Amino acid sequence: MDISADLLVNAIVAGILLGGFYAAVTLGISISFGILDIVNIAHPAFIILGSYIAYIVNIRLGIDPIVIGIVATPFFYALGCVIYQVYYLAFEKRGQEALRGLAFFFGLLFITEVMLILVFGVDYRYVEAIYIGPSLHLGYADLPLRMLVPCIVSLLMFIGLELFLSRTFIGRAVNAVSQDQQALQLMAIDPIRIKRMAFGISIATCALAGALLIIIQPIEPSVGRQYIGRVFAICVLGGLGSLPGTLIAAILLGIVESITSTFYGPSWSPAVAFGLLLLTLAVRPTGLLGRR
Amino acid sequence: MRAPNLRMPAFILIAICISAAVYFGAKAMHIDYLFFAGYVVLQFVVMATAWNILGGYCGYVNFGTAAFFALGAYSTVALHKFDPMIDEIFSGVPATLLHAIFPLPIPALIVIAGIVSGLVGLGTGYLTLRLRGAFFAIATLALAVVLETLIVNWNFVGGSRGAYIIRPQTIPLLGSYIEYLFVTMLALATIAVCVARTIERSQLGFGFATIRDDELAAEASGVPTLRLKLIATTLSGALMGMAGAPFPYYIGYVEPNSTFGFAYAINAIAMPMIGGTTSWIGPLIGSLLLGSLQQVATVTISSAANLLIVGLLLVGFVILAPNGLVGLVENWVRRREQP
Repeated sequence: MDISADLLVNAIVAGILLGGFYAAVTLGISISFGILDIVNIAHPAFIILGSYIAYIVNIRLGIDPIVIGIVATPFFYALGCVIYQVYYLAFEKRGQEALRGLAFFFGLLFITEVMLILVFGVDYRYVEAIYIGPSLHLGYADLPLRMLVPCIVSLLMFIGLELFLSRTFIGRAVNAVSQDQQALQLMAIDPIRIKRMAFGISIATCALAGALLIIIQPIEPSVGRQYIGRVFAICVLGGLGSLPGTLIAAILLGIVESITSTFYGPSWSPAVAFGLLLLTLAVRPTGLLGRR
Repeated sequence: MRAPNLRMPAFILIAICISAAVYFGAKAMHIDYLFFAGYVVLQFVVMATAWNILGGYCGYVNFGTAAFFALGAYSTVALHKFDPMIDEIFSGVPATLLHAIFPLPIPALIVIAGIVSGLVGLGTGYLTLRLRGAFFAIATLALAVVLETLIVNWNFVGGSRGAYIIRPQTIPLLGSYIEYLFVTMLALATIAVCVARTIERSQLGFGFATIRDDELAAEASGVPTLRLKLIATTLSGALMGMAGAPFPYYIGYVEPNSTFGFAYAINAIAMPMIGGTTSWIGPLIGSLLLGSLQQVATVTISSAANLLIVGLLLVGFVILAPNGLVGLVENWVRRREQP
């Protein structure tokens, strides 16, 4: 195959932009699966929910999708707290998270998807904003604004959460709860409360991530499924619970996917994430910057 | 509710008698639609039982049911497409030999599909089962996406356009073809339930139970956990593939999007969860109830709404009745015995 430099540069640039966006999508999973050990496979479904909220408000009121995403964040936080409370009472407390907890999240994933299909149908939906369309040109490379803007917003969100988790008291407590729940209890902190907040935050990221998703591509309810493989591949490759690792892995996957779809056709790109996931699990299960 | 403690041959005999009764009962009604609807319910009996061998007995969740099912269906499609190509590839004696055995009868297709999906199950299990259970679940979830990508890009079996399978109208002995498919699936369901019950009461089943209860302790006491898990994954995957093998002949047209649909995954999980996962009877009850309910709901309401019902039932049951209907009945009996 003839690999021209021009095409390769563009594929890599597009991959970096895509990877930046993947970081935002994986952020929530990195907290819930990586730090809290909650295998929330319904996460991509909540991202799609965020996308549809951005869609409906954008179409009705014409507000910028990113603003909608930020406004929706507290509601998603509350939703996350409720889900964790149910999960804790029904599964974690009884020690049944392995089988029934997974089935619970699978059920949530399914219910969300079917509800969206019942309400919106299976047509592709998209949003309107000024930065969808034009692109910047830097030498060889094209930087479409509809990729660049989500990438920057995603990185800002990423840095914000990383600072929150490493600098603030609550953030450190979240990290502590994953290491030693009992020690936290001895210091008179309620681990369940901390976990609830952390899970709330992880779902809250879906509001903005969903808004970014619908800027990048038109969506329909089952798009979320392609992201299941991606988010877990990134999370595992980066190392569970390591946010910097997640960012590196996200950009890596973005580049590999972009090159695959440029040179072999976009219909192959969903398989890339899974290949990467299997490879990581087989060769280096701790990931790039793993703690275990 | 404790199933009567029968010896295996007696159980198999009873199972065969019940199956025969079901068949002749359905035949006596003279409604062809009954075979159509019954086939789907029986297919779910096989899927739910297969899922439960890994999920219920070992405690490992498989979300890739649709992938294994589709593997079975597509191995049939591939073999079906291979038939007219024999003369292009082979000549002389091999061609005559192949013409003698092609088109393959459905039982042979079922066996081949079982081998293919069993091997895929083994491979996925080998790569992910050495780690925590969650990784296996995630890998199976992603497996469906990848296999779908492969099929979409594989033009031989129709790619994303799908493939048509023209089935013969009649078959010797039984008459209508749908009746033949129904009997095949009935036999498969009977075999699946017997296999599940045999496992449950064998040393293998006890090994599976130790993995479910405490894998670390089992490993420490010398239970070969990885080998047992691989056996379970292979068996369960093979049975799911077998359930998928006759599907192209049933439906007449296969395309990736619906064959890999979430409907199979959610049903295969919901049915054992609602029935009860610890015993062979749970998935059987769950699939018969939920399968028949869906057949009615698809006709009377809509198919999207009926999937929503399945999802809600699954979530409701795992939260409120962790041991399913079997568990509810057991509790009720226990409470009546101790006033």
